Amino acid sequence: MAVIEIKNVAKRFGEYQALHDINLTIADQEFMVLLGASGCGKSTLLRIICGLETATEGEIWIGGKRVDHLAPKDRGISMVFQNYAVFPHLTVFENIGFGLRMQKMSNDDVKRRVERTAGLMHIEQLLTRYSGELSGGQRQRVAVARALAMEPDVILMDEPLSNLDALLRMEMRAELKGVLAESNTTAIYVTHDQVEAMSMADRISVMHEGKIVQAASPIEVYRNPAAEFVAGFIGNPPMNFLEATPQGGGKFSVAGHSFDGPSAANSNLQFAIRPEDMTLAENGFPAVAKVVEPLGAHLLVTCELDGKLFRAILDSEMQVKPGETLKLAPVKDRIRWFDPETTLAVA
Amino acid sequence: MTAATTDVAEPSQDTRKAGRFVYVAGVVLLCAWVLVPLYFLLINTLSSPEAVNAYPKSFIPEFDLGSLTFFAGFDGILTALKNSILVAAMTMVMSILIGAPAGYALSRFEFRGKELFRLLILLTRAFPLPLLALPLAVMFIRTGIDDTVFGLALVHTTLAIPFAVLITFSLFSGIPIELEEAAWTLGCNRVTAFQKVILPLVLPGITASAIFAFVISWNEVFAAAVLTIENRTLTAFLLQNLDTSPLHLKFAGGFILVVPALIFIFAVRKYLFAMWGIANR
Repeated sequence: MAVIEIKNVAKRFGEYQALHDINLTIADQEFMVLLGASGCGKSTLLRIICGLETATEGEIWIGGKRVDHLAPKDRGISMVFQNYAVFPHLTVFENIGFGLRMQKMSNDDVKRRVERTAGLMHIEQLLTRYSGELSGGQRQRVAVARALAMEPDVILMDEPLSNLDALLRMEMRAELKGVLAESNTTAIYVTHDQVEAMSMADRISVMHEGKIVQAASPIEVYRNPAAEFVAGFIGNPPMNFLEATPQGGGKFSVAGHSFDGPSAANSNLQFAIRPEDMTLAENGFPAVAKVVEPLGAHLLVTCELDGKLFRAILDSEMQVKPGETLKLAPVKDRIRWFDPETTLAVA
Repeated sequence: MTAATTDVAEPSQDTRKAGRFVYVAGVVLLCAWVLVPLYFLLINTLSSPEAVNAYPKSFIPEFDLGSLTFFAGFDGILTALKNSILVAAMTMVMSILIGAPAGYALSRFEFRGKELFRLLILLTRAFPLPLLALPLAVMFIRTGIDDTVFGLALVHTTLAIPFAVLITFSLFSGIPIELEEAAWTLGCNRVTAFQKVILPLVLPGITASAIFAFVISWNEVFAAAVLTIENRTLTAFLLQNLDTSPLHLKFAGGFILVVPALIFIFAVRKYLFAMWGIANR
């Protein structure tokens, strides 16, 4: 039972407004990822939920209880830090048992709980070691085990994997997702890595300049970005944009081709399409290939179209040479439209 | 071709040799700088009065304990020794009790006038003690703490606090705030987090800074000589009495002053290394 409600939370550091009127409800046992570039306020929001930072305005409710005046220890939360924050003067065992000891739990119970949590994170053999004797990945496991051992209602993670190397990160990603799913806790996970966000989240909150731009399932965020920012941030490479001018009757002209657009709109729009949603077709846009990157699974071609750079992901069997003109056509039902005034999506 | 390469290689080897020579010579010189006077002090302390004044000197001590026995029986020296230890111990405790919280505040909190505060801490060392001695003496007489161990400890604490603050400031700054934050999320409040996480980590450094305060007090002679008459510390006592003593007793007196400090520093040398950040992480 730990629904998290963030109501009208704002944070100012002097003149600088770090968070603008954030409203977000995170369901019990949901895995919520706060995703955004550095400086977008995602860590600040997490720290406000944790109680390490106080909001200038607004309320935080956890499990139906208002907590924004409470100390971190009274909020029923655990936190995993980016730099692990494993206590260097204690063994792994004492690190994991630290919070339990603070609760005055009996020695036997501490031992049982520590051993079980260590088992979950596969670090049983490290219990007598000190943090100085551990690798980065092992330290991260200790930090997660320490948070899990508290059996919190909510577990907060601030870029927990960003200090690990790529291979380890992939391994930990899957493992963390599994462990958290079993632990029945509500999780808030801050990251700037969209792959991490897509692969782990039940729901992603994309943040930009102190606001939540979109909070939706990973597929929804990917398929139907709510704003240009999301479209340009999620996906590697991100969505392509082209200018669209209205022709009346819901028709829009894009780089000399006519498409069915949002019928209500009657002003200039942005036409957006994902690189992998381009196919070769006789009636497609003429695009001059500039850079061809064979990525193994597919071929990434950066072309010039309508005076702008335009990326397309094609089959790896294709033979494309720089300078060649390709005929690229978008998959019709994957086209999205954005209003350049509001930057929001138009249906 | 081969000749050319050896021509190029040889000077670099020579430079390395020369560099090594300079390095070793530097180390030897520095050691001699410290050890030679100490050695002469030792020889002269353990020599009979005749040998001290003789020329040429023998480099082997005679193990004549005459001068030292004289000091052991010297009236008031044990009281002075006791006073010195008392003052130094009080200085140590007070400068840490006052300095460490200030260091913690400086490293963890942002407050108005923080930079000015740091400057002021250093500025306390800008006033020479002789300048302050007279007003201090008057003030001490008025408040009735003149000629007391506590009064002198107060002055010494003032001298030691800037170091205590700055050393503990760097100690606390060296500990990531996340460790403390992690402790807060795991059921600690500010006080218990400090006890359970920060204190164990800074203890070696705190010890080092305490020892530093102890040594500052132990070595201080001016304030001690001005502010005390009956309750003199060892430095002030020896300064007063050795002035008119024969040479062999001066050597022995110096030896008595140096040795306790040396033993103390030697005993806690590993914490001193910690102070310079070698063993603290």
